[in-house]
Amino acid sequence: MKLAGFLLLLAGWGIVLSAVMLLTSALPRGGFALAGMGVEVTGLILVVRSHLLLRGERG
Amino acid sequence: MTALSVPALSETGMALCILCILLVPFAGAGLAFVNTGLGRSRSAAHSMLAALCVIAVAALVYVICGFAWQGFIGRPAHVFTVAGKEWNWIAAEPLFLRGLPLDGSPASLAAWLQMLSVGLAALIPLGAGADRWRLRACCLSTALLAGLTYPLFAHWVWGGGWLAQLGVNYGLGRGFVDAGGASSIQVVGGLTALAIAWILGPRRGKYSLEGMPAAIPGHNAVLVLFACLLALLGWLGLNCAGAMLFTGAEPGRTVLIAVNTTLAAASSALVAAVITGIRFGKPDASLSANGWIGGLVASSAACAFVTPAVAIVIGLVAGTLVIFAVEWFELRMAVDDPGGAISVHAVAGIWGVLAVGFFAHFPSRVLNVVSGASSWSSDSNQWVAQLVGVATLLGFVLPLTYCLNWLLNRFYPQRVPAEGERQGMDLYELGAGAYPEFATYTDDFMQR
Repeated sequence: MKLAGFLLLLAGWGIVLSAVMLLTSALPRGGFALAGMGVEVTGLILVVRSHLLLRGERG
Repeated sequence: MTALSVPALSETGMALCILCILLVPFAGAGLAFVNTGLGRSRSAAHSMLAALCVIAVAALVYVICGFAWQGFIGRPAHVFTVAGKEWNWIAAEPLFLRGLPLDGSPASLAAWLQMLSVGLAALIPLGAGADRWRLRACCLSTALLAGLTYPLFAHWVWGGGWLAQLGVNYGLGRGFVDAGGASSIQVVGGLTALAIAWILGPRRGKYSLEGMPAAIPGHNAVLVLFACLLALLGWLGLNCAGAMLFTGAEPGRTVLIAVNTTLAAASSALVAAVITGIRFGKPDASLSANGWIGGLVASSAACAFVTPAVAIVIGLVAGTLVIFAVEWFELRMAVDDPGGAISVHAVAGIWGVLAVGFFAHFPSRVLNVVSGASSWSSDSNQWVAQLVGVATLLGFVLPLTYCLNWLLNRFYPQRVPAEGERQGMDLYELGAGAYPEFATYTDDFMQR
């Protein structure tokens, strides 16, 4: 789960960079950049949850 | 739009810049005292020695290889081209001190400032790893930060890298703007602190078997509050020097920067005191101190481009964020961060970076030289440039710093054994306590 979380963080960054490089009008570019941030937040939640689970297993 | 170029500094500007850089070590002293005061008394000497060691390691590693990868605007760099746009991703200076400019030029002042700033960034994770992070591991982790993570991101922001070029290449306002290092110093340090806190795990006795956190208060509130005043002095220097060197701010603008920095810290500390007063019945000294530092951190990015009223707003939001983030990390995320480093530096720093996109107004001269923007450049897309910077911090810097520290932990376990925590870091790693004349008793290690 932790690895998936970090991969999502990287994927979100990729979306943001792609939006900047490929889109020219302000609204779609901003929208896709925000969507990329959303993916990053999802990745961050996964990493956090994996640490919580790991801590729970260790007691 | 034109290419990025070196900011011109008059003789007055140069003298003022040198004076400001001389103040920066006070910020380091402030952070070291905050970390020590918020830790346990039996780890106080260890905490101060660790601070000294990481500043030393950071400075050495940075001048040996860090500056070679960070560079400065207008100096050699590796560039690749995507769809006709240049992406400047890393500097191409010679390693081992050979490329270090020492001629009094803006590049040499920037190298000097960076040598001190990287120490500041390296002090931040010490707050999160307090009472359980081995001294040698602190130094090794700092070497990774000063040699790789920090120079890479700082090049993108301050060395004419691709983040700074977002305005030139893609019309995103003036490109990613951060005058005093809210992102490259504070958030990079704060995210490294998060990685360290995750890797080390919480202190023994911090969480019960049911997952409820126990309060382990800092051992010296006076030291922590005094450190806030020291940090203000350092931040004034950091923000003023950074704004002049990296955004082309003229010397006269330092008055506005100093006023904004002070107002952000003041409003942030006061709102923290008020919120803790309302929630707990009395103001909390350590959280108010965290609020003060959080205000300084948040002020760094936008200090040269906002009005004093906006600086107060930035401080108010930063203080509120810090208070709730400290609680959120401790209660919800089970992250044991004795110094509040993650909330103060990462959370408040990200807010400060975003605040540039929401509130900054760039005068016609400021930034035009450094960012390559023409006088007609629109600032309407500035928030997207700032968002790209935040996305890079979370999507690239956090995985990178976690991965580096995780690998280090595989080869050299970073956490002290249980016996070390029981004895205290002073006795276990240094052989003597910071306060040998005081006998201390604690039941932190009683089975709950």
